[in-house]
Amino acid sequence: MNLGTRKLLDHSFSALGFGSIVIMGLALLVVLTPIVSKGIGALVFQGTIEHRKILLNEFQRGDANAIGLQEAEANEYRQNAFAMLAAFDQELDQMEWSEQSKYRNNYDQVKKALRHLFGPIPGDTEPALTRFRYGQTRWDKAEEALHELLYEQKWDYSNPDVIAKPYYVSRATEFEGTSLVKLFSYVEENLDKMMLPEWTFYWGFITDKSIDAHFFGGIWPEIQGTIFLALGAMLFAFPLGVIAAIYFTEYAKDGFLTSMLRSANSTLAGVPSIVFGLFGLAFFINTMHVSHSKSVLAGSLTLAIMILPTIIRAAEEAILAVPKTYKEASLGLGSTKWNTIVTVILPAALPGILTGGVISLGRAAGETAPIIFTAAVSVGTAIGIGDVLNSPTPALSWNIYNLASEHEAAAEIRHVQYGMVLSLVSIVLLLNLSAIILRARISKKLKG
Amino acid sequence: MPMSLEATDTKKKSNGSPALDIYLPPERKKIDDGGKPHVVAKNFSIYYGEFEAVKKVNADILSKYVTAIIGPSGCGKSTFLRAINRMNDLIPNCHTTGALMFDGEDVYGKFTDEVLLRKKIGMVFQKPNPFPKSIFDNIAYGPRLHGVRDRKTLEGIVEQSLRKAALWDEVSDRLDKNALGLSGGQQQRLCVARTLAVEPEILLLDEPTSALDPKATAKIEDLIQELRGSYTIMIVTHNMQQASRVSDHTMFFYEGVLVEHAPTSELFTRPKDQMTEDYITGRFS
Repeated sequence: MNLGTRKLLDHSFSALGFGSIVIMGLALLVVLTPIVSKGIGALVFQGTIEHRKILLNEFQRGDANAIGLQEAEANEYRQNAFAMLAAFDQELDQMEWSEQSKYRNNYDQVKKALRHLFGPIPGDTEPALTRFRYGQTRWDKAEEALHELLYEQKWDYSNPDVIAKPYYVSRATEFEGTSLVKLFSYVEENLDKMMLPEWTFYWGFITDKSIDAHFFGGIWPEIQGTIFLALGAMLFAFPLGVIAAIYFTEYAKDGFLTSMLRSANSTLAGVPSIVFGLFGLAFFINTMHVSHSKSVLAGSLTLAIMILPTIIRAAEEAILAVPKTYKEASLGLGSTKWNTIVTVILPAALPGILTGGVISLGRAAGETAPIIFTAAVSVGTAIGIGDVLNSPTPALSWNIYNLASEHEAAAEIRHVQYGMVLSLVSIVLLLNLSAIILRARISKKLKG
Repeated sequence: MPMSLEATDTKKKSNGSPALDIYLPPERKKIDDGGKPHVVAKNFSIYYGEFEAVKKVNADILSKYVTAIIGPSGCGKSTFLRAINRMNDLIPNCHTTGALMFDGEDVYGKFTDEVLLRKKIGMVFQKPNPFPKSIFDNIAYGPRLHGVRDRKTLEGIVEQSLRKAALWDEVSDRLDKNALGLSGGQQQRLCVARTLAVEPEILLLDEPTSALDPKATAKIEDLIQELRGSYTIMIVTHNMQQASRVSDHTMFFYEGVLVEHAPTSELFTRPKDQMTEDYITGRFS
């Protein structure tokens, strides 16, 4: 091979390598950008007066006087709109029955849209659910609700060969010739005065309880549940895994049993997580009765079984990477085997063992399937540390799935879901980052 | 096995081979309370599985003197050395036949405590292997293992051991620094000091200078001279000049067989065996 060809090959290989790294970076960017930008939207947004009212009423936060003044200001504008409703009510009463029925249905929709936007309208009884007691808390949601008020969605069934398409009809044209027409343009023009949007940094999204199945409030129960489950899993899996790794590397004699154990460990690492979930339900709850039903304890045990192979593998590698000379030196000084393991081998293997542990912790925090049947509930409050033995808990991973697919109003609270995704990704990234830092620090200490 | 340790006029009695002149051993003093058989091998063989690495060795290692073990690579010299404090236990499938006695006690006896044995028979390895701990903790590791807790006593032991290993002056101001920051030669002397700290009776040195530069090597050799007379020392070495410089007796191994075991002054000047002569004159290696 001549020099030219060799150089060409070299260059093309490095170009290939560089290219794949660029593609990876771009993929990461594509994944992370929406997660971060949309997730941030759960914390930083234009909050309306309704948001401030909730904070005051439900969490006792904020300046009651200032909020009272703002509320009065917003209500002044809202009263005008409500007055238009009252006027149309009278107009409707004076109409012929046939005339009335033409408007009645659409008028109910208008009222519904108004309630959606502003909360209860005058004459309503106090709604039972918190979600109906307040209007839109976020300006972007308020604008969506405004669109709902201004336009009626209809479906185009004219072509039977394609799926029906939605189209929008202005409600102003539907109410042409009545006094209600004014309402639409009035609300459209004065929406900001009725809602008083302000840029808000809602820190409480992380630390507040959720109100009425995530319609308002924060995601602390989920974050706390995730922390409990992951730490609980580590509590069981880490000591067990390290001890197993010590057995494999220092005590086990090469033989049939050992190779069986090793391959069992590798197989365990490849089992799909949903199988662990079913196993956890069948074994820990139904057979062992560790708790009456779903509980943090059962979930932690299931997650522990799942991450055990990873911890064993990482610890084994770390122990094997300790130079044999350390062991020889220690034994040569008249140290016992156990003493050598505790005072020389484990400290030297610590960076690797901890890295494996923290990465497993991240995995335990992110897994969904193992906790579906063993620990997770969709709605709940933050449980106390004393309740972990028999209480289930909400958890980020499960609730992300729940909000995305099973929640009754998934589309309404999309921002909460994005916030949860960002929180989970941040927790896992932080854990991995701390693993890297921990490893670097201990290695540095060992190297002097 | 009576052996003359008096320096002999080697030049005159040399068998005329000029190559041997470079190994003229220095004159060596007799040690008054030494010379008793400390380690005795009787028909001692070491096997790796089926392979007989050391074959039926019979030898007396005399106390307080320095015994060098030489021989080509793979001749079993390190295996023999490591058998004395049972470091070969770490190798699976390694077993022995015959007898190896230390102070009249069977090293491979059923009731022998290998941990206690290794405390009495210290070992320094080919590559310096300090623990990734501070210099102080390295030296104090052994004494702590054996129950010394008092800080003052430990400090005393550390200083004494470092002084014995001729390292005190270089490191006394940074005992709390990581031992891996020392130079290779310093690390090796630290390993000697660490071994001395548990007060062994025998010091086994397995090619202790093969990873060191000439200057550090000279320091280790000086150290061996310092320690001669206080400890029974056995040193495996590839460097025949080193063997002649530091040892009182030399054992020559070839393919697992102890070919010749004689006072260094004799072995290097008037080898009895043709194979020994061929080896030390560099006809094979």
